[in-house]
Amino acid sequence: MERSADLISWPPEGVTRVPYAVFSDPELYQREQERIFRGPTWHFLALEIELPETGSFKTARIGDTPVIVVRDGDGAVNAMVNRCAHKGAMICFEPCGKRENFTCVYHSWTYDLKGNLTTVAFRRGINGKGGMPEDFELGDHGLERLRVERFHGLVFATFSETAPPLTEYLGPEMVANIERLFDRPIELLGYHHQPMDNNWKLYAENVRDPYHATLLHTFFGTFRLNTLTMDGGITIGRDGWHHISYSKMATERHKGEYDGLRSVVQDFGLADPSLIASRPERNDGITLAIQTIFPTCIVQQISNSLAVRWLVPLGPDRCELHWALFGYRDDDAEMRAMRLKQSNLVGPAGLVSMEDGLVGELVMRGVAGDGAATSVIEMGGRDVRSTENSRATETSVRGFWHGYRALMDL
Amino acid sequence: MATPLDDAALFRRIEDFLTRCIHCIDDDRLEEWPDFFTERCRYKIISRENHDRGLPLGVMECDSRGMLKDRIASLRRANVYEPHTYRHQISALQVEPLDGGAFACRSNYLVVRTMTGGAMSIFSTGRYLDRIVAEGDDLRFEERLVVFESRQVETLLVIPL
Repeated sequence: MERSADLISWPPEGVTRVPYAVFSDPELYQREQERIFRGPTWHFLALEIELPETGSFKTARIGDTPVIVVRDGDGAVNAMVNRCAHKGAMICFEPCGKRENFTCVYHSWTYDLKGNLTTVAFRRGINGKGGMPEDFELGDHGLERLRVERFHGLVFATFSETAPPLTEYLGPEMVANIERLFDRPIELLGYHHQPMDNNWKLYAENVRDPYHATLLHTFFGTFRLNTLTMDGGITIGRDGWHHISYSKMATERHKGEYDGLRSVVQDFGLADPSLIASRPERNDGITLAIQTIFPTCIVQQISNSLAVRWLVPLGPDRCELHWALFGYRDDDAEMRAMRLKQSNLVGPAGLVSMEDGLVGELVMRGVAGDGAATSVIEMGGRDVRSTENSRATETSVRGFWHGYRALMDL
Repeated sequence: MATPLDDAALFRRIEDFLTRCIHCIDDDRLEEWPDFFTERCRYKIISRENHDRGLPLGVMECDSRGMLKDRIASLRRANVYEPHTYRHQISALQVEPLDGGAFACRSNYLVVRTMTGGAMSIFSTGRYLDRIVAEGDDLRFEERLVVFESRQVETLLVIPL
């Protein structure tokens, strides 16, 4: 196999330096498809509530590869590559729906909900002429199937036979946060879809970076929703591949650390503070928890705003972030209204999240043409480990690159 | 729509109201924009995908003039984005009188976004579903539902549609 060292040379400082070529190099992008997206990683595909009945399906992508996720007659959830075994056409182009089977529009090859090829049009020919060879076996030409695991209503899939089982892949800390947020039946509130003109890894870095949160997103700090002077910390999972950044609003102890920074505009008050009205939902005091699951899944709790986000690369210089916001089926009307109102904080028009769409593009433009130059990622040290009582750190960003380098052999 | 408005002068007045509102946005007089709404109001920008599937999530959802003012204050003072302007086109207005003196209005919109660097794009198209009432001598939106056609929002949305 071709050595990746031929593609790029990683600086000797390790994960504190990231060569900018990783955000634009088309050969690295191809290697990511093989080593990361089709490698030993698990990818979020759907919420089980999106697949309520037999035949309920959703289309998605893992890296560049289109996939279908569907519930079959046994109640199982299957994931298959969305590509006819005959000539390669996508067999399903709706985002979601309900089907008894999947029939390719091109030549009417039909697959069941498990991906088995069931009929081939004119298989025996017409008037005894044409048709498929006698030894053509339907069973040899099903859709390519993925391994699927479900956990607390989340559906994940992998192309890999060697990826560990999902909960082992996640590790106990990540499992605990999913159990915490998906502890009862959920209700889907809706989707956001946000394409951005930046490499997918710039968003992967951004969402693992608590250092920027209150500096770039000034709405947060101004209204004391989240400052680094609150109690909080970073929990690292699986050697840094995954992380949780959490904070507890009730513990604000601001002592002047933000004085003079752009993020604090002292006289900025809300005309209608109902925007940030919130209700504690758990006894742990955690009011913000951002969890990443390597490589591209994010679980979000920002006050009462809950979401799963997933990132899909669209070539080296573009990606799309998808969001599914949810509440709980037993929410009362006031709670539901509160979640919807707080959704003003997130998404492409989110008062505290819109800038994330901007900074990736600023980096893309800033690093263009200088692939050998590197970033400097040393806030909070040079290693990858969990921290309590401090989020002035980039340890989880280093963790991402640790996982990336291991898989990419860089 | 059930009963179209059979009053040309009133139709013109509503059309003028809608036009003044988009000029206010396109001319960057955003501080005046909340005054097009009643004190208790609803302004919501939602994708056609969510709207058609009965999912309540919008990308922007305000239920008071105060929240609209907060959006503008945040845009001016807190949020960070690459400077840009909109140019709205509106068309296909239909007006239906409702009981109690309100009007249900529907129109199409197209917003071309121009970045200060010069790049232009069709940023959004869709429909306005409005509920308009008379307040004093003027009209106001009691509700403005903006249903955008694409399910995507490119990079970020900060200026109201």
